[in-house]
Amino acid sequence: MTQSRAGQDPRTTDRAMPLDPMPAKRTAKSATKNAARGAKGGTKGAAPSKKIPDIVRPYGDTTGDGMVQVSFTLPIPHDKRAEGAALQLAKKMGLEPALLVHAKPMGPDFTFFVVYGSATHLVDLRDVVVVEREFPLLSPTEVNKAVKSRMRRKLVVVGACIGTDAHTVGIDAILNIKGFAGEKGLEYYREIKVVNLGAQVLVPELVARARAEKADAVMVSQVVTQRDAHIHNTTTMSAAFREAYPAGQVPLLVVGGPRFEEGSAPKLGVDRIFGRGTTPGEVASYLVHALATAPARTKEKS
Amino acid sequence: MKPLLDLDPADVRRARTLARKAGRPVVKLAQSHTTVSVERATLRLAGLGGADHDRVPWVNHLVDAVRAEVGLEHGITSPVYDALRRGEAPDLLTLAQKAASGSVQFRLPEGKDATAAAKDARREVSRGIRTIDKQRANRDRLIKRHGDPKQRPWIYLIVATGDIYEDIPQAQNAAREGADIIAVIRSTGQSLLDYVPEGATREGYAGTYATQENFRLMRAALDETSKELGRYIRLTNYASGLCMPEIATLAGLERLDMMLNDSMYGILFRDINPIRTFVDQRFSRQIHARAGIIINTGEDNYLTTADAVEAAHTVTVSQLLNEYFAKEAGLEDWQLGLGHAFEIVPEIPDSFRMELAHALLARQLFPEAPLKWMPPTKHMTGDVFRGYLLDGFFNLVGAMTGQGILLVGMMTEAVVTPFLSDRDLALQNVRYVLNAAGGLTEDFHPPRDGFIQTRARHVLGEAIDLLTKITEEPGKAPLLEAIGDGTFGLMKRPANAGKGLDGVVVRADGYDNPATTLLETGETR
Repeated sequence: MTQSRAGQDPRTTDRAMPLDPMPAKRTAKSATKNAARGAKGGTKGAAPSKKIPDIVRPYGDTTGDGMVQVSFTLPIPHDKRAEGAALQLAKKMGLEPALLVHAKPMGPDFTFFVVYGSATHLVDLRDVVVVEREFPLLSPTEVNKAVKSRMRRKLVVVGACIGTDAHTVGIDAILNIKGFAGEKGLEYYREIKVVNLGAQVLVPELVARARAEKADAVMVSQVVTQRDAHIHNTTTMSAAFREAYPAGQVPLLVVGGPRFEEGSAPKLGVDRIFGRGTTPGEVASYLVHALATAPARTKEKS
Repeated sequence: MKPLLDLDPADVRRARTLARKAGRPVVKLAQSHTTVSVERATLRLAGLGGADHDRVPWVNHLVDAVRAEVGLEHGITSPVYDALRRGEAPDLLTLAQKAASGSVQFRLPEGKDATAAAKDARREVSRGIRTIDKQRANRDRLIKRHGDPKQRPWIYLIVATGDIYEDIPQAQNAAREGADIIAVIRSTGQSLLDYVPEGATREGYAGTYATQENFRLMRAALDETSKELGRYIRLTNYASGLCMPEIATLAGLERLDMMLNDSMYGILFRDINPIRTFVDQRFSRQIHARAGIIINTGEDNYLTTADAVEAAHTVTVSQLLNEYFAKEAGLEDWQLGLGHAFEIVPEIPDSFRMELAHALLARQLFPEAPLKWMPPTKHMTGDVFRGYLLDGFFNLVGAMTGQGILLVGMMTEAVVTPFLSDRDLALQNVRYVLNAAGGLTEDFHPPRDGFIQTRARHVLGEAIDLLTKITEEPGKAPLLEAIGDGTFGLMKRPANAGKGLDGVVVRADGYDNPATTLLETGETR
């Protein structure tokens, strides 16, 4: 399992495509525009509003055709009735007319389908809610400079995969010098001290180490999501920190993983959640934003 | 297959010599220590199974009790069979139960008592060894009856639901769809458990617990499927983590066919104590050798945590070390499923040519080993269409370089646990490539000083440099020093730290372990 290298790039283009009512040449333009806006990319307020309608449909090869493609399996043998069943499902999913382009038996009991069809649903862009990045992106030099001038010491980060999770890919991508998506990990930042505890660390062990290292931030990666393990582990972790530290002195708690719900940080008792495709630079910028711009936040309140 | 790369035979010899030089002191260390898990495995061979109502296995109770009273320096069997001779309990299970409640007195027998206890121990432990021998003969018989897969590479598919009763139909379906080998991934928590769970299990995280009963159930189901399909379906699990020797033993007893078993994986990626790992591993490999089990090593891990171009030579170094440790433990070439993986960043120029070069290098360094070729995971982005193409290229390298075991890549890697249809599409991909390009080995001869040959030689050179650096470390066991100072993958793993360290015991002069003796001499009684 791994995080997506291309994770953030397609997002800008994907967004630009359906937003654009007119053919390709302007699509490319607005994609660059979106990318150039960086932190504010593709938000509802700042969009180049006059060209984009509020209501859009999927784009196949003509504006307004609504064409989408889906594939699925039904637990029935392949015959005429199975194909009819696939079309019935497509219709109930809002595809009309639906075109069954491929049906293939998979063993005696299952059939695999590919269906193309025009989606009858409309997307109202005014109802789309986006969680925005609340901090500016900084370069490693800027991060180092900010930490040095505002904290006057190294920023200490303790990271681990907790509970049963043994997938260190995520935490390693962010912390190890090797980094991710062409960006060096936090170990590379001169003003950040990284303690990476690795896989399957027990929560008490993490708390103890965070205290011993006087951690400013604790970073936890959760990849395994079976039976909501990532949710349980995260809430256990945040509860343990709240218990072990005096109120207001808990280090910044940061969780990363591909399957966390956007905006669920408060519910899980952590300060920030990062999803798939997050790069070390984004995390470093966030740490500066949360710790080095407001030094009072964790250390002097209470 | 004719050698496709012009490697200097002197370089190849040098690489092996260095691996031996790095490995030998570690073997010496393994021979002078034992671990709680080795001793528990010995009791399992003697027939002690089951667990108390809290699911703590009886082997754990008995080993802990003996250790607390007389220590494990002399091995578990002397005090245990001495206690049985003295009538502390009528049998091993009752003894373990009584020991758990603290009502048995253990002592270290001496003189005649010691000889008699050793004789009893050897008789009982040899029953387990003979069961392993019998299971190996059963496998040979079934392979003869049902046949091996028609094609190479063998097709390796993973199931992992967490529930053994869900795994079974999935595994049977996968075999019907074309899998030759079924791997049941373990629950992620298991490698750090210092006991083997008991019984059939229905819940696990991202995998199913390795237990003796789960092994038995799955093997029985696949025996039925083998019969149905006229093809012997092999079963794979994981002999790794803190209970490596016990799980290897259970695999031998229940006729598993392949086991993941890497010499350094647990140390580097699970932070298990290095000595614990090497001791446990030697025992588990001796069991695998005896049981006719093919081991799979985990070199893919070096590439998923580091850059696959920069770290290409660490794969070669690990393969050479794995080969040395495996052969030292008695495994033969056909049992060495040495691993490597297709993990180079697809965007860099010539990535495919480099993959070919690396795969050919492994093929040529280990011509008799059934290499295990593992699919891209790091660069699977969620764009399933691109992922399907990458897997196609991965399959092509497998076909062009004569790999022995092909782990089937899923286009939904890193997205969801594979859908039924994902597996079907993945197998279509494999079949298409093998069918369309399987014969390409015949036409494909990279030119002498072309890109591929040069790249392969370069990687071998880097591997030799790294091995040289390792063997030049100070101290009694330079490999341990190298592991300790972060030579591998930036992870520093000192020999006096890590999980499971408290389960390591230095052997005393009179140490006796009938299992080790039988495994090393090849005797059956």
